[in-house]
Amino acid sequence: MTATILPPRDQRRARPGSGARAAHHRVLSSEHFTGWAFVTPGVAIIILFGAVPIVWSALLSFQNRSSLGGASKFVGVANYSKLVHDPVVAQAIQHTLIYTVLFVPGAMVAGLFLAVAMNRKIRLLWLYRTAAYATMAISTISEAIVFIWLFDPSYGIVNYLLNSVGIPSQQWLNSPSEALYVIVIMTIWGWTGFAVVVYLAALQGVPQPLLEAAALDGAGPWKTFRKITLPLLSPASLFLAVWLTINALQLFDEVWLSTQGGPLNATTVLVYYLYEQAFQNFTFGYASAIAYFLFLIIAVVTVIQFRVGRRYTHYRS
Amino acid sequence: MTAIQAPRPVRAGAPVPPRRRWRLPFSPWHLVLIPATIVLIFPFLWLLVTSVETIGEALHFPPILTPHVFKFGNYAAALRAGPFGRWFANSVIVAVATVACNLVLCSLAGYAFARFRFLGRTVLFGVIMATLMVPFQVTMIPQFIITKWLGIHVLAGVGINHIGALILPNAATAFGIFFLRQFFRTLPLEYEESARVDGASRLTVLVRIVLPLATPALATLAALTFLDSWNNFLWPLIAVTSTSQMTLPLGLSTFQGAHMTETTLLMAANVMSLAPMLVIFFLAQRYFIRSVAATGLAGT
Repeated sequence: MTATILPPRDQRRARPGSGARAAHHRVLSSEHFTGWAFVTPGVAIIILFGAVPIVWSALLSFQNRSSLGGASKFVGVANYSKLVHDPVVAQAIQHTLIYTVLFVPGAMVAGLFLAVAMNRKIRLLWLYRTAAYATMAISTISEAIVFIWLFDPSYGIVNYLLNSVGIPSQQWLNSPSEALYVIVIMTIWGWTGFAVVVYLAALQGVPQPLLEAAALDGAGPWKTFRKITLPLLSPASLFLAVWLTINALQLFDEVWLSTQGGPLNATTVLVYYLYEQAFQNFTFGYASAIAYFLFLIIAVVTVIQFRVGRRYTHYRS
Repeated sequence: MTAIQAPRPVRAGAPVPPRRRWRLPFSPWHLVLIPATIVLIFPFLWLLVTSVETIGEALHFPPILTPHVFKFGNYAAALRAGPFGRWFANSVIVAVATVACNLVLCSLAGYAFARFRFLGRTVLFGVIMATLMVPFQVTMIPQFIITKWLGIHVLAGVGINHIGALILPNAATAFGIFFLRQFFRTLPLEYEESARVDGASRLTVLVRIVLPLATPALATLAALTFLDSWNNFLWPLIAVTSTSQMTLPLGLSTFQGAHMTETTLLMAANVMSLAPMLVIFFLAQRYFIRSVAATGLAGT
């Protein structure tokens, strides 16, 4: 490694560049060589498994390729026009958006509420926080298995609790009109811990004197919260809104485990349909078109969120 | 704080009669936190209860809230029915290897991007940042094709249906490089420069001086990478089909498919699958919480 020690810059320039040996030494000792040596292993992996696939799937989306061998040929925008006219895609978009619109505010409100409640020195705080954080350690698969059982139509405890207040048993995941909402509930539960952590961290940054000053000026707790705390939390809210939306638009695991897109396609979301097309029907070309379409939706939604969010976000300088 | 404990100031012109307030002997926040905590914990509790019931008790309506005897045999039966030890070991191997590779490769690349000037730096960094924005679903099909090809033609160890396929594509991440680069740039240059003057190589400076200063960032990256790897489902689902190469979430999901009606067995299996991560999470809670909070604050 001693070969890579650099002499001061101007001295290097001044040295005569003759002789293969000197040139060799110069290459080895230059920052160019060290730089490339440092980045190559990591960057190679990202290019091979990240950058190349981005281009490749763009090409695939204009091809008629199936994974079961066979020649792939360019078919122009056929995959995209198929996508536009595919009724299942329309359904999948609808389900994805309904899910996102319910899940994101749900998880944010739950997280904000709990974080504000926990942001004080009270007894049993450790228990409350631990309970919220625990949801973060649970994999989507474990979470789905528990909730399938909680919402079991025949033996589930949720139906039992409903019965005890006079509401009849529901079919939940077996019902086309209810399944998506059960998935909303289970994923809100699963993301609560994350939202609590983000909001609690942001609440640490709310200056106490400001709140006390507001109280001295006669503002009630609710008004202080709305006029001071909430605006100061807005950067965290924007982050959560964007982060949760990106994750919501990519919903897959819970659907795969609990309903497989059913009943009657009621929970077929975009990524689930994409998975079906790619790895069950083996139509790589069409699946790639769906993937790029999903990417477009995510990009558009994220940009809109940042645009709109910026107007309501207060950054302290 | 104590100075402001004076009685509430009464605004001039609007005399407020002193209100006698009925006070609870405890903070009123408990009234909302206790029900909320019950809702958060209840799925865990119900999972535990079901996992020690007999199948007759579990499939009973109305549900039996307290089992007569704890049937721990469900756990033994679940262990016999599925190779959970193997899946657990696979998950550990994949997560630990992924974390280790990420720490090494992202440190090297992140440091070079933060401190060196070399030909193509801007372009390479731009490419990496571009991949950061693209969702996994866009890259997964070519990633599948490439991994399959690698397994057949180059490295048998990373091919489809091998545990290597779960490690290599995630051995370095754009997020990790970006995250560490940002952190390295906040460190003062003086230490590095004086070490260089003393004749230390670039690598020595990184290992001896920069990385010790970057321990919090490395811990954050390690915690996030570990969680991601441990809970990853879609890529293992695509890349692995043989039971012996599965990680815990994938194994558990196939177990669920095969034992759909054996609820108690499934719940026992689920407890065994989530317990290790729960324990790790609470032992290293500080790091996990700090990591998540850090990404949240970085985003703001």
